[in-house]
Amino acid sequence: MDRRAVFNGWLLPVLLLLPQLAVTVVFFFWPAGQAIVQSVQGGDAFGLATRFVGWDNFATLFADPNYIFSFGVTAVFSVAVALLALVPGLLFAVMADRVVRGATFYRTVLLLPYAIAPAVAGVLWMFLFNPSIGIVAFALRHAGVDWNYFLNGRQAMLLVILAAAWRQISYNFLFFLAGLQAIPSALLEASAIDGATPRRRFWTIVFPLLAPTSFFLVVVNMVYAFFDTFGVIHNVTQGGPNRATEILVYKVWYDGIVGLDLGGSAAQSVVLMGIVIALTAVQFRFIERRVHYA
Amino acid sequence: MVTARQSAWIPHAILIAGIAIVAFPIYVALVASTQHLDAILEAPMPLLPSDQIIRNFHDAITAGTAKTSGVSVGRMMFNSLVMALIIAAGKIAISLPSAYAVVFFRFPLRKLCFWAIFVTLMLPVEVRIIPTYQIATDMGLIDRYAGLSLPLVASATATLLFRQFFLTIPDELVEAAKIDGAGPLRFFVDTVIPLSRTNIAALFVILFIFGWNQYLWPLLVTNTPSMTTIIIGMRQMIGNGDTQTEWQIVMATALLAILPPVAVVLLMQRWFVKGLVDTEK
Repeated sequence: MDRRAVFNGWLLPVLLLLPQLAVTVVFFFWPAGQAIVQSVQGGDAFGLATRFVGWDNFATLFADPNYIFSFGVTAVFSVAVALLALVPGLLFAVMADRVVRGATFYRTVLLLPYAIAPAVAGVLWMFLFNPSIGIVAFALRHAGVDWNYFLNGRQAMLLVILAAAWRQISYNFLFFLAGLQAIPSALLEASAIDGATPRRRFWTIVFPLLAPTSFFLVVVNMVYAFFDTFGVIHNVTQGGPNRATEILVYKVWYDGIVGLDLGGSAAQSVVLMGIVIALTAVQFRFIERRVHYA
Repeated sequence: MVTARQSAWIPHAILIAGIAIVAFPIYVALVASTQHLDAILEAPMPLLPSDQIIRNFHDAITAGTAKTSGVSVGRMMFNSLVMALIIAAGKIAISLPSAYAVVFFRFPLRKLCFWAIFVTLMLPVEVRIIPTYQIATDMGLIDRYAGLSLPLVASATATLLFRQFFLTIPDELVEAAKIDGAGPLRFFVDTVIPLSRTNIAALFVILFIFGWNQYLWPLLVTNTPSMTTIIIGMRQMIGNGDTQTEWQIVMATALLAILPPVAVVLLMQRWFVKGLVDTEK
């Protein structure tokens, strides 16, 4: 990050940095520090005093079967959302890369769901699948499916996965398309001349060259499923039925704001921070590789 | 063997299927927003539009529903707009000077400042939610536009993007400015900011959508109904059994919540794509 020609002085750059540093300290370092402090504190029964309790909050947390269960729910949810958003995204990108006529139209329409808030996507899908009035729920019942996601945990999970993945397809589509368009056409032409079928060209040339983009997108989609889907869960299932869709971010919010368990919620925040830092570290590794290979 | 002519249809067929998946939930919402509530409750709802569209949107925009405590969707859209604009403009306004300082100056603790900003990339507001809420309460930011937007302004994406771009500005430009006797502020305003125009536009588009679509933070930081954003207000319209949910208004509201970000993507698609690709690098 160095350049030769720079300006001198220290007062001006400090003044220029000050607004951002101030906002960062007040709304970032201070709360993150508080989360860590609160995670090792406990309140008395009346909520009047706090004292140092060491690892107690974490020990309680990991001894809580509901928390462990929430980890499992989050794992299933995020892997399913990532897969269900990545595979169609890739398929549509490959197809959009092949067409000439209407290419702009397809691209524009397939990009649109990205502009839709996850919370709104949740409401749209909830309306389709509402057991009493939803049009898809009606069709499912006619097909003999006993559809009621208010009671059936698996169905609730399926619904939040669909709603969360639906809007993320756009994002993956865009990045896969950019990745495809960066592949030199000489490579594909050469193999076509050698008689490789489109299918073979895809698996032996296109897919390996897209691998770095795919790794990067896997991480981004996991982060999305972990943190940005609170609105979907809160709107569609409220973590239910019977905690079947209670992902970690929903639990932090619920235990802290509704349950008023500050220590427990702070400990959960600290665990989540660890997860984001790990995911970000993985992401940077892959980005470096992407730069290296691409 | 498939002839070239036949196989040319396959991509189109798959893409049209893709568009159907994208469009179906939106289409059903659109149809629902043209119906009487009775028609929706009598499952299955008709799949063709009816004639109540003007009435439903009018009711939503001017009155909301019984569950929104008399706050109209028009008011909610105004709140969302103010929040999204402050977040987008705020992030850009604090990031441009800080990136400039980090790239064009040498001063003590420069690297530390950069890393302090950089690590904020790692912790989305969702993971530090309770302490941030406590700080907002202590600072009296509850139910204020500042409370809705300021905590979301603290993020490093914009700073990193501008830093990346500033590093590509040739040293010769800086030297020429110095020879012409231009100071650092003058160079910033007359050269660097004009050169950053496309980056600013691309970032603004992405940040506007990001701000408009916020959910968890506005849910926490607003209690007064008149400060509700449209995304939160839409949720409040959906009841838990005691009174009938007015689905025709909910769907009209959902469409109104989608409209501004979708319009931004459609009208500024080039910048939107650039912003999206750049911010993830």
